Amino acid sequence: MSTNNRIEVRAPMSGVFYRRPDPDQPAYVEVGDVVKKKQVLALLETMKVFQKLKSPVAGKVLEILPEDETPLKDGDLVMVIETS
Amino acid sequence: MFDKVLVANRGEIALRVIRACKELGLKTVAVYSEADETSLHTRLADQKVCIGPAVSAKSYLNIEAIIQAARETGANAVHPGYGYLAENGAFARACTGAGMVFIGPTPDNLELSGEKISAKKRMHAAGVPVIPSSPGGVADLAQAMDLCREIGYPVMIKAAGGGGGRGIRLCVDEAALAEEFPVAKSESRAAFGNDELYIEKCVVRPRHVEFQVLADRHGNVTHLGERECSIQRRYQKLIEESPSPGLTPELRLEMGAAAVAAARAVDYFNAGTVEFLVDQDGRFYFMEVNARIQVEHPVTEMVTGVDLVKEQIRLSAGDKLGYVFEDLNLKGWAIECRINAENPDFNFMPCPGTIERYHAPGGFGVRLDTHLYQGYELPMYYDSLVAKLITHDLTRQGAVRIMKRALEELIIEPIKTTIPLHLKIMDDPDFQAGRFDTGFITRYVPDEDDDEDEDD
Repeated sequence: MSTNNRIEVRAPMSGVFYRRPDPDQPAYVEVGDVVKKKQVLALLETMKVFQKLKSPVAGKVLEILPEDETPLKDGDLVMVIETS
Repeated sequence: MFDKVLVANRGEIALRVIRACKELGLKTVAVYSEADETSLHTRLADQKVCIGPAVSAKSYLNIEAIIQAARETGANAVHPGYGYLAENGAFARACTGAGMVFIGPTPDNLELSGEKISAKKRMHAAGVPVIPSSPGGVADLAQAMDLCREIGYPVMIKAAGGGGGRGIRLCVDEAALAEEFPVAKSESRAAFGNDELYIEKCVVRPRHVEFQVLADRHGNVTHLGERECSIQRRYQKLIEESPSPGLTPELRLEMGAAAVAAARAVDYFNAGTVEFLVDQDGRFYFMEVNARIQVEHPVTEMVTGVDLVKEQIRLSAGDKLGYVFEDLNLKGWAIECRINAENPDFNFMPCPGTIERYHAPGGFGVRLDTHLYQGYELPMYYDSLVAKLITHDLTRQGAVRIMKRALEELIIEPIKTTIPLHLKIMDDPDFQAGRFDTGFITRYVPDEDDDEDEDD
């Protein structure tokens, strides 16, 4: 398998990155998880509005870059998904 | 009496409170998060205290840090603004416990909103019309039919265990009720583990009309007229005005009396708002009491001439109200447009960023409540409301014309705002004629569910 089917997931706007729906719940995904297309990967909170970051493809989570609950800028790299 | 007020908020409402305090000769303390160091409220107050990191939960919602800031600066009163801790009974008690005056309603008033059913019962007992509904669970279809014949269709079947819009079925007539009731029962059992259903009359295409009330500690209560708030999207108001183009003088009188009765029924103190739904036939129903100064309070100020924030402070100092609605010389019409940093063409998604070009409108009949300035970096952490543009004239048509002119002058760039949407609404013939209900906005903004995205 080649490494060129790495799909990048980027922040569509600035906001605070959340890996879990609320602090007491497990993270949406961990590195190594197999995800479906449109599966929720994380949340982004911008000015009190939450949006779901969804996987653009089916694949495997290779990398999760930001720390939980940290601010992201528009276009920041969030995750890398490897398609099979 | 207090002489130094800590303002436990940020943004335009913090400025609003600081300005009122200054005019009353009171010293002010601003609190701010690490993301708000350059925010205008920190510059206008006499003193400022950083209360924590950017995330609101650790700063503007941090009761301990705020009380500590008040102690350190010697503030002996706290104004909570709206949002954040404004309706938090524990915060009000903490202020009082620390020897400070909480400028707002009593803790009991604040906690009332969490007890909707008991509030509704007290309103009903006080003769305030509430939305007709079953007193409790409805046992079977026969009982449901009897009830609905009494309250009239359409009705909503609601699952007692549901919430947030789930488990609700609309029935337009008896045939629909007969079909839906058993399904709703089994669905409710499956979804919520509880098959108890109750039934509520459905108010079709209502207007949202609310009454401002003021109450002192000496048993005096008055209302200050109504605000029409039907132009809203998903319960977020966009445009408010006073008076309402939808009320007759008779209805205004009746609803004003009901608002005062509602405030009395819950021993209300300070400034508050009694919300009603008004149906197409002019019947009105109590919704809730908002125990705070509201975002849209300026429209009431413009037509009554009463500074509501100063009244909150004065009443909290123990003063008597000293007047009733009938004593006020109401003048003209006021409209407020909420300018949000949002993109109306992209599902109202927020739009933070740096304000590179800013110009405030001016001239006769224009008021702008905002914390913006050129070069301000709008933080991503807080509400998208960036300005409230209020216009006032002798007539509604005049206020609409001034609004249009002022919206055209207002420059907030390069971020996206609701200014273009407001301009479209000002040109809408139905808006101009005052013919609208809470469904109005859907003609400009499809009411999409952003949870669904089967679009690719």
